[in-house]
Amino acid sequence: MRPFLLALLAKEPAHGYELKQALEQIFGSAYPSPNIGQIYVTLGRLEKDGLVRAVDVEQPNRPNKKVYHLTAAGREALDAWADEPTEGPRVRDEFFMKLVLAPMTGISDRMTLINRQRRHYLALMRDLNELAGRTDPADRVALLLIEGAMLHLQADLDWLDRCQEDLS
Amino acid sequence: MSRSEPDRAGGAARKGRVVRGAGGEREAAPDPVVSTVNLVKIYQNGGVPVPAVRGVDLRVEPGEFVAIMGPSGSGKSTLVHMLGGLDVRTSGEIWLDGRRADTLGESAWALLRRQKIGFVFQFFNLVANMTVADNVELPALLAGASPRVARERREHLLGALGLTDRAGAAPAQLAGGEQQRVALARALANRPSLLLADEPTGNLDSRNTRDVLRLLGEVHRDGQTIILVTHDARVASLADRVVSLLDGQIVDDGAVGAARRRPRGTAGDVVELRG
Repeated sequence: MRPFLLALLAKEPAHGYELKQALEQIFGSAYPSPNIGQIYVTLGRLEKDGLVRAVDVEQPNRPNKKVYHLTAAGREALDAWADEPTEGPRVRDEFFMKLVLAPMTGISDRMTLINRQRRHYLALMRDLNELAGRTDPADRVALLLIEGAMLHLQADLDWLDRCQEDLS
Repeated sequence: MSRSEPDRAGGAARKGRVVRGAGGEREAAPDPVVSTVNLVKIYQNGGVPVPAVRGVDLRVEPGEFVAIMGPSGSGKSTLVHMLGGLDVRTSGEIWLDGRRADTLGESAWALLRRQKIGFVFQFFNLVANMTVADNVELPALLAGASPRVARERREHLLGALGLTDRAGAAPAQLAGGEQQRVALARALANRPSLLLADEPTGNLDSRNTRDVLRLLGEVHRDGQTIILVTHDARVASLADRVVSLLDGQIVDDGAVGAARRRPRGTAGDVVELRG
């Protein structure tokens, strides 16, 4: 959450609720709606670390609101985030652990585990299909996010086939 | 490819199978569109028998959409090729719409395919010297549809697959993904009682795959029976039922259930879905 908020503030100063709305608007329906409490907590920490500066703005008939600005240190942190490669997916799959460990104890056999998992992945894929169908075709960011999830799921299924060939 | 024609007295060889409807005595539930009994295919590779399909019992009811999945070499393509009469079974039985089909000769199979089966291959087998439009209309015309009906059906199918402006092109002028979609349109032109497809999205990018998914969903809702081989989970997830093959045998056969976590009303949540 920290670098996302820094990136949004690099574009323009904003208050907490505007940041929530910006995330929702940019990433669309496919992204989990950010929790406003979490945004304020994160902004508080960023302020304590000197990466953002809060400015009280008076509002008629309302309590003051805090508008957050990116500081020079915040800009540096954002640059560093943009410049470093992002961690790739890590194969530390809970299902794989189950597949290897469960048969050792006689809890379940691998063929059953794999078949059940395949059906579950396909059900998830069906959900993603429906989600893509409900998403505005003009919302390219959301559709790409969904497509990314589909491609990951496809890789999981292909891997399941390999597990079935070699382990069962 | 030669085909032996075991002699059979009309309607004999129906061992252990309850024939409903076709026998005429009682029109209860409709016949399954496809039924196989202990279906086996063994290829000969330099005198060495290589089993590809090892005793498959598969029953597909009218209107069902079945996806066949499994690792490469598990017998998926061989199975659907046998169901379409494009590969000869080694032993076992194939019944289509309540009629024994594995004992048919090549010309009888060709007739059966024309009347009942639409087939989409990995390679598209379009007629090279005919336009896209004519390729798609041909099966409907051969089956006796009027030119107007055939044309309307063709226009609908090509439109659904984003190919309207390619109707006048020759197959050779099309990209691979376009040819594959034309092959799907052609297979559906005739509203066949059975659509067989072997990796129908194998050459498509994701946008074209979406068009194909939408069309498959549409014809399925209209009652089209579909059996398709795919490793594409987007395609398989549309099916009512997924049959998994491993080493030529069915190791799983069942409905694609609902995921435990449903997307929320507004939209859902990809990250959560990925779990």
